[in-house]
Amino acid sequence: MASVPNTIETVRAVAGDKYKYGFVTDIETETAPKGLNEDTIRFISDKKAEPEWLLEWRLRAYRSWTQMAEPNWAKIGHPPIDYQDAYYYSAPKVKDGPKSLEEIDPELLRTYEKLGIPLREQERLAGVAVDAVFDSVSVATTFRKKLEEYGVIFCSISDAVQKHPELVRKYLGSVVPYSDNFFATLNSAVFTDGSFAYIPEGVRCPMELSTYFRINAAQTGQFERTLIIAERGSSVSYLEGCTAPMRDENQLHAAVVELVALDDAEIKYSTVQNWYPGDEHGRGGIYNFVTKRGACRGRNSKISWTQVETGSAITWKYPSCILQGDNSVGKFYSIAITNNYQQADTGTKMIHIGKNTRSTIISKGISAGKAQNTYRGLVRILPGAANARNHTQCDSLLIGDKCGAHTVPYIESRNRSARVEHEATTSKISEDQLFYCRQRGLSAEDSVSLIVNGFCKDVLQELPMEFAVEAQKLVSISLEGSVG
Amino acid sequence: MLDIKNLHVTADGKAILKGLDLTIRVGEMHAIMGPNGSGKSTLAYVLAGRDGYEVTDGSVVFDGHNLLELAPEERAREGIFLAFQYPVEIPGVGSNSFLKAAVNAVRKHRGLPELDAMEFLKLIREKRDQLGVAEEMLKRSLNVGFSGGEKKRAEVLQMSLLEPRLAILDETDSGLDIDALKIVAKGINALRSPERAMLMITHYQRLLDYVSPDFVHVLSDGRIAESGGKELALKLEREGYAGHRRPRREHAAAPAE
Repeated sequence: MASVPNTIETVRAVAGDKYKYGFVTDIETETAPKGLNEDTIRFISDKKAEPEWLLEWRLRAYRSWTQMAEPNWAKIGHPPIDYQDAYYYSAPKVKDGPKSLEEIDPELLRTYEKLGIPLREQERLAGVAVDAVFDSVSVATTFRKKLEEYGVIFCSISDAVQKHPELVRKYLGSVVPYSDNFFATLNSAVFTDGSFAYIPEGVRCPMELSTYFRINAAQTGQFERTLIIAERGSSVSYLEGCTAPMRDENQLHAAVVELVALDDAEIKYSTVQNWYPGDEHGRGGIYNFVTKRGACRGRNSKISWTQVETGSAITWKYPSCILQGDNSVGKFYSIAITNNYQQADTGTKMIHIGKNTRSTIISKGISAGKAQNTYRGLVRILPGAANARNHTQCDSLLIGDKCGAHTVPYIESRNRSARVEHEATTSKISEDQLFYCRQRGLSAEDSVSLIVNGFCKDVLQELPMEFAVEAQKLVSISLEGSVG
Repeated sequence: MLDIKNLHVTADGKAILKGLDLTIRVGEMHAIMGPNGSGKSTLAYVLAGRDGYEVTDGSVVFDGHNLLELAPEERAREGIFLAFQYPVEIPGVGSNSFLKAAVNAVRKHRGLPELDAMEFLKLIREKRDQLGVAEEMLKRSLNVGFSGGEKKRAEVLQMSLLEPRLAILDETDSGLDIDALKIVAKGINALRSPERAMLMITHYQRLLDYVSPDFVHVLSDGRIAESGGKELALKLEREGYAGHRRPRREHAAAPAE
């Protein structure tokens, strides 16, 4: 893979900045009327000029959704969400599709600049193609040309529906069916955009693919839909990083990500999540209820999820792997930090179906303030999964004495030759360690950062380089105020 | 440089130091000896600023500062270094990166430019060779898997990197065999300088064979009971602490190190 410069880390020099992205862009937006009903769905589909089959799919999802009840089994609490009290579509007004950057609303471009996405400066982005999603419409896709040389398709999902409908139709909903769960079903009905990537046979994608999100207009939930397909023998590394402006109302983020890896293919999906977490009193903040699933369809296929979750008021997600193909490998590396009043119920599901499949789970949960952090993991070994192997390491770190860390592992094994290992630790940052660092001249907060980054090292080293630096800074910032 | 007057310290409600006086001038090497439970480590921790000790009376002035008002990291940056008796392990934190962060924190405070990775690597190579610390060892996490001797040598290495004004060595000789002791002593001696002062806390006089102190004090029952030169250490070796040991009674246990 080509080496990539630290574009994102210069962008997100959040070190020292409390929450830099607390601004709102004032652009005329074309918004659907408030509320959710079949008309809203048709409005969205019509705005996007979608084919009939997709509208039908959405409507089937919506009808299912009306019959479903919101799940409440997770260890999180929140005031009831009024699904009618939100706008499901908001796009910046554009006359026709922009043919070049010059046609894009300069306000929008300024927004990107604030976020440090230099769409205009291709040199700065050298090596990283950015599909910048602004509210509900993808504005520009950089580096499409270079990727085209390799035959890699990387565009917004809306574009993909127009230009590669057969691919979308084949794979959409094949990993996360529209009726999978309440939030995925909602997403299937009202998703407005997201990323689509297709890596053709035998191609190692020459650069890391990346996406930025922003939630802008008040009460517009983000329903991103991402679909990545790696044909046989191909590989791709995808980075997902989010920021959102400060808001007072809670905002729902119910994304769905589907990954498909065919024979000998490899998908690496990394996320650094820094959504607004709510203030020190637990007001506001994003609800991040996401369904992410990867299907290792082919033999020897590999999917790995790496996430650093430091934001959101509530994080509820289980990036999972379905290990169908023989010898397929699923990996999950996670750092989840909760501070103040944040809540997280996160983990993974590794479903072993084929023979000789392997899964690795390394979860680092850090809880501070009055936060609650739960790891919930499932390792399920089906009867045909001969020689399945799983190793799970799940560590919790508590900072202070008002926070909570919980571990809920589920292990279901129905094959005698399978081996499942689960190790868990819970610890507090020791006074001795803190004092040792301080005695060497490090401030109390730097000491906590150092110790926590050490705690997270196994996961941090799985991140692509540019994310690793940002992640370390995020880890430090998210623990501000937790010392003492 | 360091002026301790009438220091009274309590821990867990029990009085440990009961009116300790001590003056250390720049360039001097002091040794404090004493029976178990006399408060030697307590003195070290109070000077370094560890939580869990309450100063109920007295004063400590360091280079003109009221030391007791400074946070531990401020004291460190002012030049106080404590070589721990039981250095703690910090998993996941590379020794090299930790040392670099520490060195730069002190340099920044002193108005010196921070070292980048290359410069630091060069610096640590020199110091490492002097002390016979293997490169391999520093690639590991801080103190993780280090033997007792290795931990002590690592402490002295840190000391040489941080160039403190006042180095407090808390039973640096404990748990070391003769060869390890000689190496550590060599490292300590290499750091003696007219700009620096050292306070060695030791139980046995063995270390003092290799690191010759200017002053020796006996800490007993919370105070300095006797002071003298090197000969005092030899006398203690011969006669033991009997003359200084009070009849057995409940001592405040020093908090776990």
